[in-house]
Amino acid sequence: MALQVEHELHGRRKKLNYGVGIILIGFIAIVFGLTVVKVIQLGDAGKFERFDHVARPQLIPEEGASE
Amino acid sequence: MSDMSATNTTHEASMGDYFALLKPRVMSLVVFTALVGLLVAPVPVHPFIGFVAILCIAVGAGASGALNMWWDADIDARMKRTAGRPIPSGRVQPGDALAIGVALSGFSIVLLWLATNFLAAFLLAFTILFYAVVYSMWLKRATPQNIVIGGAAGAFPPMIGWAVATGGVSIESVLMFALIFMWTPPHFWALALFVKSDYGNAGIPMLTETHGRKATRRHILAYTLLLVPVAIGLGFTSIGGPFYLAVAIAMNAWFLKGAYDIWRRDDAASDADKHRTEIKVFKVSLYYLFAHFGALLVEAALRLYGLGGW
Repeated sequence: MALQVEHELHGRRKKLNYGVGIILIGFIAIVFGLTVVKVIQLGDAGKFERFDHVARPQLIPEEGASE
Repeated sequence: MSDMSATNTTHEASMGDYFALLKPRVMSLVVFTALVGLLVAPVPVHPFIGFVAILCIAVGAGASGALNMWWDADIDARMKRTAGRPIPSGRVQPGDALAIGVALSGFSIVLLWLATNFLAAFLLAFTILFYAVVYSMWLKRATPQNIVIGGAAGAFPPMIGWAVATGGVSIESVLMFALIFMWTPPHFWALALFVKSDYGNAGIPMLTETHGRKATRRHILAYTLLLVPVAIGLGFTSIGGPFYLAVAIAMNAWFLKGAYDIWRRDDAASDADKHRTEIKVFKVSLYYLFAHFGALLVEAALRLYGLGGW
């Protein structure tokens, strides 16, 4: 007797599952693309730079320095 | 429990059924007008951001369509034209349609906000709310003017497209909104005059049923007369120009002539020639909207080469 690994339901819903998968991949691509475009639009990537989990002393304005 | 019910379902929903919930045909008009609103705006938009914005507007419109189908499932089942829709035909559960409508609304609004600006996202949220709540839940079953006020939901997309680019609202975007808003009633009432509908069976007060067909003919002419100054006026704004104005004058003369012909005749004449005039005017109304927004697009393209505009 063959061991039925895949439930019959999975076969029936294959198309739907692929569809949902494609939508999710598309969503990731959109968010990634938006991030790239928004960062590039800043012109200077330095504007995007923040502490990012590590203290960056060079990002702290010097005392008395004009803005 | 859900597994059992799922395995026993005879009509399992396919991707196509879920897609049908989004009313793809309405979506195509929304995409076209929103795209024109975005492209004619004086502020350039990055192509990818423009693409995402149009996608969000389309998905938002689709979400409101799904919410409309969820709410109207009872009346859809009673009308021949809509009985085959995913919910009344049993292919999609009402709860699923509601979940899809709410989820896609949220996603499209938030993503549009992140990709563009708050105003565009707010206008999209307002459009969805207007279509799903004000039109579907409230006006559709309450007043024969449902088409008039509900038409506002279909009129917002170019305004959202404009807001995506400029971050604001201006006379140009208001007039693009007004063009679709004033165009919707004569367009739908022309259709109502020749399509044998069963809105009466479903308890929806359509103007043809509540006030009669003669009053509907009068309404078509009145709304077309009100539409003309809006369409012509748009030609004198910063997005108009000689080409748009020429197209607008020709199309308005054509549409107005059709509306006058509809008003002049009665049902006996209409039945005699199988609603020839009404069908013709309905077709003209489709060309009308396409021509106006197409002409705006041509003006924008001409401006790129130092032509077009005033």
